[in-house]
Amino acid sequence: MAATTAPETAAPAAAGGNAMHDARRRLSWSVINLLVVVYALVPVLWIVSLSFKTSDTINDGNFIPRSWTMDNYAEIFSTGIFTRALINSIGIALISTFIAVSLAVMAAYAIARLDFPGKRALIGVSLLIAMFPQISLVTPLFNIERELGLFDTWPGLILPYITFALPLAIYTLSAFFREIPWELEKAAKMDGATPIQAFRRVIVPLAAPGVVTSAILVFIFCWNDFLFAISLTASESARTVPAALAFFTGASQFEDPTGTISAAAVVITIPIVIFVLLFQRRIVAGLTSGAVKG
Amino acid sequence: MTTTEPDRAATRPGTGRHAGKPRREDTTPAPAGTGGGGGGSRPVDPGGNGGRGGRAAMSEGKRAERRLGWLLCAPAALVMVAVTGWPIIYSIWLSLHRYDLRLPDQQEFIGLENYIVVLTNSYWWTAFWVTTLITVISVAIELVLGMALALVMHRTLVARNLVRTVTLIPYGIVTVVAAFSWFYAWTPDTGYLAGTFAPDGAPLTDRAASIAIIILAEVWKTTPFMALLLLAGLALVPDDLTKAAAMDGAGPWQRLWKVIIPVMKPAILVALLFRTLDAFRIFDNIFVLTGGANDTSSVSMITYNNLIRGLNLGIGSAMSVLIFISVAIIAFLFVKLFGAAAPGSTGERGR
Repeated sequence: MAATTAPETAAPAAAGGNAMHDARRRLSWSVINLLVVVYALVPVLWIVSLSFKTSDTINDGNFIPRSWTMDNYAEIFSTGIFTRALINSIGIALISTFIAVSLAVMAAYAIARLDFPGKRALIGVSLLIAMFPQISLVTPLFNIERELGLFDTWPGLILPYITFALPLAIYTLSAFFREIPWELEKAAKMDGATPIQAFRRVIVPLAAPGVVTSAILVFIFCWNDFLFAISLTASESARTVPAALAFFTGASQFEDPTGTISAAAVVITIPIVIFVLLFQRRIVAGLTSGAVKG
Repeated sequence: MTTTEPDRAATRPGTGRHAGKPRREDTTPAPAGTGGGGGGSRPVDPGGNGGRGGRAAMSEGKRAERRLGWLLCAPAALVMVAVTGWPIIYSIWLSLHRYDLRLPDQQEFIGLENYIVVLTNSYWWTAFWVTTLITVISVAIELVLGMALALVMHRTLVARNLVRTVTLIPYGIVTVVAAFSWFYAWTPDTGYLAGTFAPDGAPLTDRAASIAIIILAEVWKTTPFMALLLLAGLALVPDDLTKAAAMDGAGPWQRLWKVIIPVMKPAILVALLFRTLDAFRIFDNIFVLTGGANDTSSVSMITYNNLIRGLNLGIGSAMSVLIFISVAIIAFLFVKLFGAAAPGSTGERGR
């Protein structure tokens, strides 16, 4: 929403004022923006820097490496611990995202479009879950999953991820669905499409940008989780990277794990950075795409 | 929901009303073709028995809609209830028992004893106050920084996309990764910050410094989220309103305090509520930064320790329930004291 209104506010401001005034304002905005960029990127660049430091310069406290090396990356990929965790992370996050978004698409459509008793209850329940302290679920899930044999397995993590991702996905999607031009759906219905057909053929393609956006948000949520990942796993078989990182520390006793932890951290940050770029583009594309206009 | 209801009814007179109306004259063949709902009701409605009488016929479209609604929501609702509902009940049950995995023979019902043990324990209260302190300070800082960031994102004349993209990075980055970044930054010798700001000490071994660093890490990570929530609220402030205020001679600060913030109040309250509840369950940052050393554990952290390290499910569950109650009280206070609307409604309006 914000993205749509922002250009309108900027245009008159830029068009107004004289050139001198304009230039000064642009300069001050550039400085402010630079501060924001520095704020957001410094901790990220620091971990990147650490990951490229050689083992004898890693403790020099320099922000920029004095000597560069790829050894840390070579090392994490040479042991099974990290690669296995990476596979777990990718698999679990993708499956959870797929299921959560599929379920949320259906529910959000119903919430945005249909009138039925129990709608409020559903919204209430998802709201409760969104605010639910996850630790409160860890204790019972730990025992339930041990008894069901789900402990330390992919489904054992996928289930809570879906549950906690659903409210997020339902909210994002129902907000997107509300903004879709419903005349198109009505037109499809006029042409004899059933509500289900109208849903599949008209709404889903229109909602695709929203679906992708919410899928990215859900993926980020699953990718980020740490609490469930360390509580509901006990071995490499389902441990995701964030959890594995915490065990790196104790795993390699012979050397300082700083470099390898940093390298692993950078590797799992890359998809997020890519997604963030994609996410931005998606918003722009979603708002300006031809689908909405016709 | 309540707030959006009227708009929705207004924007979609076609579907609800329209579908209902032709159904009134169900005897004529025409409506079956016009009303889209009629077509949809057939495959979904298995028996169609109830559709005979006058009143029932009128609501047939509505009932089809209702059924489709339930059908579409059922999977999501089932998963959410199954994965949270049962464990919550089980958690309450566990909390009333002596249930230590290391002493499986001693399981028995002990009433509220676990709660008494927890509530009379100084570790719990230390963790509780540490959590509260971190929550209050970090949310307060985030609100100010987030507001500034939202204004920058909303107003900036140059590189708007760059700013927004960059802002999303702290939000998206894995908390544990960010925590390690801060951890190494403050590790003596290794870190670029430790040498500058704490040349003769190890800040992460000192309690006050540790808590400050935890707050720093938390603020860095979640300010963008706060800013995005506030940005949505900022987009709702009509430009005419700020322009009119400027015309009347209000300076930038006056406009912010007298115009923008009052209009944004619902969005601000929702952002505060979300972030407060989120901050209260802080875990990842503390786990990585201090591991709970020097009395820096949060309530989530000591619950985890009781569960995974101590394997004491009874005590762990009692703590879980207490955290849940604390969160419920925070939400209740927000709604009652500050008049925060149910986040769902305002959140949706914000969009």
